Amino acid sequence: MSEFQRTYEDTLGMIGRGADQNGVRQFISFRVGTEDYAIDILAVREIKGWTRTTVLPNQPDYVRGVLNLRGAIVPVFDLRSRFGQGPTEATAKHVVVIVAVGDRLVGLLVDQVSDILSVADDNIGAVPETSIRGDHRYLAGIITQGDTMVVLLALDTLFDTLTLPGDQPAHETAA
Amino acid sequence: MSKRVLAVDDSKTMRDMVSFTLRNAGFEVFEAEDGVKALAVVKTQPVDVILTDINMPNMDGVTLVRELRAQPQFRSTPILILTTEGGEDKKAAGRAAGATGWIVKPFAPDKLVAVVNKVCP
Amino acid sequence: MSTQARNDYAQFRQTFFAESAEMLADMDDRLEVLKSGRLDREELDAVFRAVHSIKAGAGMFDYRRLVEFAHGFEALLDRLRDGRMAVNPAVAGLIIRAADILAELVAAAQAERSAPDDAGADVMTAINTLMAVESVSAATAPILPPVNCESRCVEIRFVPHADLLRKANEPLLVIRELSTLGRLTTACDASRVPMLERIDTQDCYLSWTFVLETEAAEEAIREVFEFVEDDAEISHEVRTPVASEDEGFGLWLETPVLEDVADAAREQTPASVVNVDYGAKRPAVQTSIRVELSRVDKLVDMVGELVISQAMLRQELASHNLPVVDGLESLDALTRELQDCVMAIRMQPVRSVFARMPRLVRDVAARLDKQVRLIMVGEQTELDKTVIEELSDPLTHMIRNSVDHGIESPAVRCAAGKSAEGTITLNASQVGSNILIQIEDDGAGIDRARLVAKAIEKGIVPPGTVLGDDEALDLIFAPGFSTAQTVSDVSGRGVGMDVVRRNIQKIGGRIQVNSVAGHGTRFTLIIPLTLAVLDGMLISVGSERYILPLTSIVESFRPASGQIRELSGGGRIVSVRGDYVPLLGLGRVFGVADAVHDPVLGLVVLVETATGGRLGLVVDGLIGQQQVVIKSLQANFTAVPGISGGTILGDGRVALILDIEQLASLKETAA
Repeated sequence: MSEFQRTYEDTLGMIGRGADQNGVRQFISFRVGTEDYAIDILAVREIKGWTRTTVLPNQPDYVRGVLNLRGAIVPVFDLRSRFGQGPTEATAKHVVVIVAVGDRLVGLLVDQVSDILSVADDNIGAVPETSIRGDHRYLAGIITQGDTMVVLLALDTLFDTLTLPGDQPAHETAA
Repeated sequence: MSKRVLAVDDSKTMRDMVSFTLRNAGFEVFEAEDGVKALAVVKTQPVDVILTDINMPNMDGVTLVRELRAQPQFRSTPILILTTEGGEDKKAAGRAAGATGWIVKPFAPDKLVAVVNKVCP
Repeated sequence: MSTQARNDYAQFRQTFFAESAEMLADMDDRLEVLKSGRLDREELDAVFRAVHSIKAGAGMFDYRRLVEFAHGFEALLDRLRDGRMAVNPAVAGLIIRAADILAELVAAAQAERSAPDDAGADVMTAINTLMAVESVSAATAPILPPVNCESRCVEIRFVPHADLLRKANEPLLVIRELSTLGRLTTACDASRVPMLERIDTQDCYLSWTFVLETEAAEEAIREVFEFVEDDAEISHEVRTPVASEDEGFGLWLETPVLEDVADAAREQTPASVVNVDYGAKRPAVQTSIRVELSRVDKLVDMVGELVISQAMLRQELASHNLPVVDGLESLDALTRELQDCVMAIRMQPVRSVFARMPRLVRDVAARLDKQVRLIMVGEQTELDKTVIEELSDPLTHMIRNSVDHGIESPAVRCAAGKSAEGTITLNASQVGSNILIQIEDDGAGIDRARLVAKAIEKGIVPPGTVLGDDEALDLIFAPGFSTAQTVSDVSGRGVGMDVVRRNIQKIGGRIQVNSVAGHGTRFTLIIPLTLAVLDGMLISVGSERYILPLTSIVESFRPASGQIRELSGGGRIVSVRGDYVPLLGLGRVFGVADAVHDPVLGLVVLVETATGGRLGLVVDGLIGQQQVVIKSLQANFTAVPGISGGTILGDGRVALILDIEQLASLKETAA
């Protein structure tokens, strides 16, 4: 394995969570723009159709506001916007995937949920060095399914790099 | 590891002196200023010996002893009551509540250390 | 006590006198009511404890006169406590005099002078006389014999029934027989003997406690009581030998405690034992239970859900034009009540934190040779439990600071024409949805010039910096800033006001400081009542809705265009009956595109901050008043400026709750 690639163990470490005894893990894949991404199924708490969120003032574009999840106030992040493809024109067909990150609940706005993938550890490829530079560290691995390529997201890292609301000062101008 | 003593007295003077004496003798000392606080302390701190005054606000020493003895984990914890001279009735009440022994105030430092050592498990 | 011991403890003398002074002052307060002729249980217990503590402390330092007097005084109080004597004017007068003498003797001991020989002698005599007269029937309490057994000991309680003698039984014979089994120690309890005129010579009033040092079998002991066992309560307990040291302490049983003793302890204390139960006033702990905080939180959450579900139900009915169903009103009321009750579980008075402060002030003042009086106001103000816990450290630190840095030494104060004694006021009050805690001292105030000089010296601000008054004061919150000229062992512990501020911010609060040179300093903590129910006003700003705390709203109005003035700096003000109030367009501040910006077209909601500042919020309109459950955004976010939290409305949507204090510091984005 090239030193420019992440080691296999690194990749597994980033995906977190255990595989079954045959080394098979399950992922939920979803589409954002033209790309397919996947996250560990164990992190997923709920999948909801898009409803209008309450906008949080003075936040980055990818913060779509908050929604009520059975009494908990959960922030929703627009992955398309986060990946630099502009804000999602959200409709009722769009989907919010509620995931647990640590002890927080977070909603991910995606275009649609595609599939549940069962993937053996051996079939998870490492991410080429070129794409793990910069803030792309949340890319944990690559799953190849037939002719499509699905990018595995490492949620912990993704939310390290996603600035949470309030981390930057409010939009103020001096009088 | 040094033994842990809980000193319960509403008088700071008395707590200071007990702590000072026992710390010098190598004990680890916790303090509480009444029975209620003492019960709170033992919830979070394991203690080997408890020394308690009798007359305290909120919860007196006799009630404290009774409360402690009612909890299985403190059945066998040595509890010494601090009484003043002539406090025979208090001593009797402490004894009835399940205290292990008594120390008369004023006490000499070496006596205090001796009796705590004696009951130390 | 040995001289050595006294020397070891000499260092605690100051603590003793400081504590005694506090107790004597407290006693004075409590005895004030005695002058009106009555003294209730609580007062009496407190006075008793004070006298007892002074006696115990005095004993440690060998102040014999003080111990003797306190002992007599204590005995008098004890009789009042257990009802053997009643408070009458003579007794009341005596107690007040005794308290004076006690204070005198404490003062004498502190000054290392001996009090006049006859000090208190008349009071003592009066006490003794009174006790002798009042307690003819009061036999002495049963005294348990000391258990200094070298071999196996059996303790026996023998409480004959009143008719024991009538059945031709003779206790003396029992005792004699018992004494043949080993070394016998006997204690007789005569407390049941009535007044002479009521004595029935046929009745047995006495009972005994025996300690028998013996190798005899239990069977042999039981045999002794064979004939009386139906006419008396008899119990016995075997004690393993524990050699008692010389006087001063002793052990009743070897650890571990025997199971039966523990069981016995839970039962009613035996009749022979003097009742030290505190009468009608049960200790607070027995009327409360401890509950995991997480369970309370769960309850709070669920009730919040209930409130929301109910609001949704109501809304649903309305949207179908259905009439309000019977019973929905009472369900409303019950839900509201349930919610209040659940919220109240988490609330606690700030007293628990305040209570530590008098001692702190006393200790620190004593160490610094300062005279400081602490006045506490609003101790019953309630706050969420978790908030109270977080308050403890910052308050402790600030009070310590006030004594250390705020209050001057008596000499300096006198020179400045102030009283030698400084005053610190600790005040808690609820203002709207905030708790305001103020720590105010009448000390020297903060020297702004010195602050700036120090900040420059420490490189916190560049040399030559000129700061406004408020900015200069803010320097005390700069990390690593300490203005004490020498690092004292009191405040100079490396914990600065920056840490205090961070702690306060952590619980969503803010801290402000005001100071007038020569007159004192006031710190104000503004702490939100998180996790509470808020009476709110739902307002619309474009397509967004926000909750405004109702208590902060002064009025709302649609201004005429003549009332509005644009300032050259970019802000706007509105004139309200001659006052000029700055305007803040919420649509501008929060970037809501479709919001009304011109107050003439919308509405101005005049709000007041916790510290009295006023602000006019430009909104689209008011939707209605609503009670909401505050949900923190903190779990998911760091603070969003201008927003204190969120809530869930009847339609299930989230609405953000506005933070008036923060809004006051925000400025409008230029249009």
